[in-house]
Amino acid sequence: MNPTDLIDNASLKSDIPDFAAGDTLKVHVKVVEGNKERVQVFQGAVIRRQGGGLQETFTVRKLSYGVGVERTFPVHSPIIDRIEVVSRGDVRRAKLYYQRDRIGKAAKIKEKRD
Amino acid sequence: MAKKAIVGEKLGMTQVWDDDNVVVPVTVLRVSPARVVQLRTPERDGYSALQVTYGQRDARKLTKPMAGHYDAAGVEPGVRLVELRLDDISEYQVGQELAADLFTPGERIDVTAVSKGKGFAGVMKRHGFKGQPASHGAHRVHRKPGAVGQCATPARVFKGTRMAGRMGAEQVTTLNLEVVRADADQGVILVRGSVPGPRGGVVIVRDAVKARSAAQGGAA
Repeated sequence: MNPTDLIDNASLKSDIPDFAAGDTLKVHVKVVEGNKERVQVFQGAVIRRQGGGLQETFTVRKLSYGVGVERTFPVHSPIIDRIEVVSRGDVRRAKLYYQRDRIGKAAKIKEKRD
Repeated sequence: MAKKAIVGEKLGMTQVWDDDNVVVPVTVLRVSPARVVQLRTPERDGYSALQVTYGQRDARKLTKPMAGHYDAAGVEPGVRLVELRLDDISEYQVGQELAADLFTPGERIDVTAVSKGKGFAGVMKRHGFKGQPASHGAHRVHRKPGAVGQCATPARVFKGTRMAGRMGAEQVTTLNLEVVRADADQGVILVRGSVPGPRGGVVIVRDAVKARSAAQGGAA
């Protein structure tokens, strides 16, 4: 147990689904506009998951109008309403940075078949 | 000088989210209630301070003089005695307890601790010298200081010339840190940013001396 767990445990979320690099996620993000709050969905492939405990983050990459967009979230961030796993990817590495150099069919991640 | 102060222990750093869901880097300080053991008064000691202790220690393991000191105050023995220099100690009594709720979130504080020891450090690390080139004929001098003086005049090295030597393990005070949270039940104070010293090190927290004078100057 870390000495700072006393503080960290209060911010940890328990409703995080099991996901890893290669999976396609729908991240429901709370967006505050003026004084109204709404939920926006960011859908894409996880290309990285790093860190541990409260400091753990993951990066989701998607193509938006032909432009690659990556967004990094803390796993336990309070702005995440919920995380939905759309599909499991069949990948051989933990960090999918090679995706940045690929477009079109080459960038497709195989779906895991069990 | 400070109006209020307390002693604690650095637990480490982590992060919390504020009301706007923005990550705040914080240092967690454990502050167990401090018990006043003795009052230092200007009349008797030449300065005013509180001598406090915190935590628990087996009374059988105390030396006789220490046991007598705690007995005279009627205070339970703690892990160590610490003096907290304050402006005015007239409101404090022996046996009184100080807790983390002495401070409120948003308040500015100063944190004093003994910094991490770096051992015998070279001039690049200790004084931020640039060192020597990596190439262009530099031979085994990459991290050396270079020249330290002149020639026949003055024929010596000036006093105070910055050289390699012991670094760290000295008392350091970080000024004007912000209290993010102060919880007496958990016995913790969360301070925005970093604090000197290793995890487990003893820290002294006092209200910010420089922020206060600025605020008073504005009010007066």
